[in-house]
Amino acid sequence: MSEVLVRKLEKKAKEIRRYIILMTAAAGSGHPGGSLSATDIVTALYFAVMKLDPRRPDDPDRDRFVLSKGHAAPLLYAVLAERGFFPREELMTLRKLGSRLQGHPDMRKLPGVEMSTGSLGQGLSAANGMALAARLDGRNYRVYVLLGDGECQEGQVWEAAMAAAHYRLDNLTAFLDYNGLQIDGPVEEVMSLGPLADKWRAFGWHVIEIDGHDFAEILDAVAQAKETKGKPTMVVARTVKGKGVSFMENQVDWHGTAPKAEQAARAMQELAD
Amino acid sequence: MTEKIATREAYGRALVALGEENPDVVVLDADLAKSTKTIDFKKRFPDRFFDFGVAEQNMMGTAAGLAAAGKVPFCSTFAVFAAGRAFDQVRQSIAYPRLNVKIGASHAGITVGEDGSSHQSIEDIALMRVLPNMTVFVPADAVEVAGAVQAAARIKGPVYIRLGRAPVPVLHGPDFVFRPGEAVLLREGRHAAIIATGIMVAAALEAAEILAQQGVEVRVLDVHTIKPLDMVAVVRAAKETGAVVTAEEHSVIGGLGGAVAELLGEKCPVVLKRVGIQDSFGESGKPAELLEKYGLAPAHLVAAVHEVLRRKAAQK
Repeated sequence: MSEVLVRKLEKKAKEIRRYIILMTAAAGSGHPGGSLSATDIVTALYFAVMKLDPRRPDDPDRDRFVLSKGHAAPLLYAVLAERGFFPREELMTLRKLGSRLQGHPDMRKLPGVEMSTGSLGQGLSAANGMALAARLDGRNYRVYVLLGDGECQEGQVWEAAMAAAHYRLDNLTAFLDYNGLQIDGPVEEVMSLGPLADKWRAFGWHVIEIDGHDFAEILDAVAQAKETKGKPTMVVARTVKGKGVSFMENQVDWHGTAPKAEQAARAMQELAD
Repeated sequence: MTEKIATREAYGRALVALGEENPDVVVLDADLAKSTKTIDFKKRFPDRFFDFGVAEQNMMGTAAGLAAAGKVPFCSTFAVFAAGRAFDQVRQSIAYPRLNVKIGASHAGITVGEDGSSHQSIEDIALMRVLPNMTVFVPADAVEVAGAVQAAARIKGPVYIRLGRAPVPVLHGPDFVFRPGEAVLLREGRHAAIIATGIMVAAALEAAEILAQQGVEVRVLDVHTIKPLDMVAVVRAAKETGAVVTAEEHSVIGGLGGAVAELLGEKCPVVLKRVGIQDSFGESGKPAELLEKYGLAPAHLVAAVHEVLRRKAAQK
């Protein structure tokens, strides 16, 4: 892993985090906590892993990313804009009437969005479908999907987990943004997930456990997933909710609350280059 | 009109025919392939058939992903699970993103029979009709099923096809053309109109025959497409007869009767009687016994026509 690449990704992730703060502050609502926790994973995917061309968002051979935890839309939008799918200025229209940047991602409105999500638990099924289609069509693209930890309380996630292993979808890599907090409190208090990594293993997945803020570990996991044949890979990434903004870190109330102007200003200072 | 074929049987055959023409067609089922008849497709195209086990929500979501990647998935299970169990997946992952997923929902209505109410879908038309972007077909016979499957494949977007378990008479000849959104005028009549869908179309024709012997001329309109509804044909039937009976193997709330009542209430109020399940769950029994008990036999349609004729006369 080159130091230069990691340095570049760290810089990019900081930029993405700044956009998340500015967008949610401008919108006056939204989900900064879970956007910031997954920023490093999604930044790595879009700037160092996935094969895609913003000028050809419908290229049949492109890699796909499904944001199953659709409430992290600010993160996805910031990354897509930075990657060139639409103008950066549009980011500030988040959640406003007439905007292509809906509160949760709408694939029919915004180029680069691969699946409309928002109702939790559904993205992995869609990703499975894309991975199956790749096999049917003999295409080599890979499918990535990001799940939340609270989201794993949805039964459909486990239906999809079973199916991905059953159909041996080794072109599918899932990331679990394991920040340990959900709306009503710590995941372990609200509805404990138990030995989460073991559960995915028991469902027939290749499981890798990493620090979700360490780019070397993220990229290494992706490389390992590509090498893994006959089963899908789940990367359980330990993350910090609100990562990068001191007063948001590990604070459950920042799940779905936008920063006020003064808070946004402080966050921007902390996230300055 | 002697030959009887269950619409699910026709669906199985139609899928195979479609599979021969279109290599992008894939078929998904949730452990009911033998009942929904998708097993025919599985035998012919094993590589394009996927069983998801008893997990309908994941099946619908996976279909969405397949469609997003250019495939044309047909998903099948019982109507009660397709529209009920997986409603949110159909809403969020299929209808909202307008993905090209087709849902072939079998064992609809009370003619499921002995399995009882847990398996008798009486609300699926309402659930699917309320979703934006969704097309809803309720074929009356095997010929309409073949047409509906072909039409569904041509439509770019989600389509719900409602199918039944019990054999029903074949009403149309081989030269019948299924036109989505276009009701079929099966019988002319000026006194009243029966607007029917699915297996109730055959019952409506029987009722019209009985009524004719009594000197009552009834128009029979076969509405195989609930959404988009053929508003012109329905309003014309109301305007020209002034007395309308709707007939469906579904709750009178939200289905064909609901759709017709909404339309006529705004465009052409006339006397109306909705024949269907009267806001109750079903029960175990033989299909014919259930149709009799729940008021869906031809005799009930005859009585309904007499009722609207009385009310029409009272208005004058």
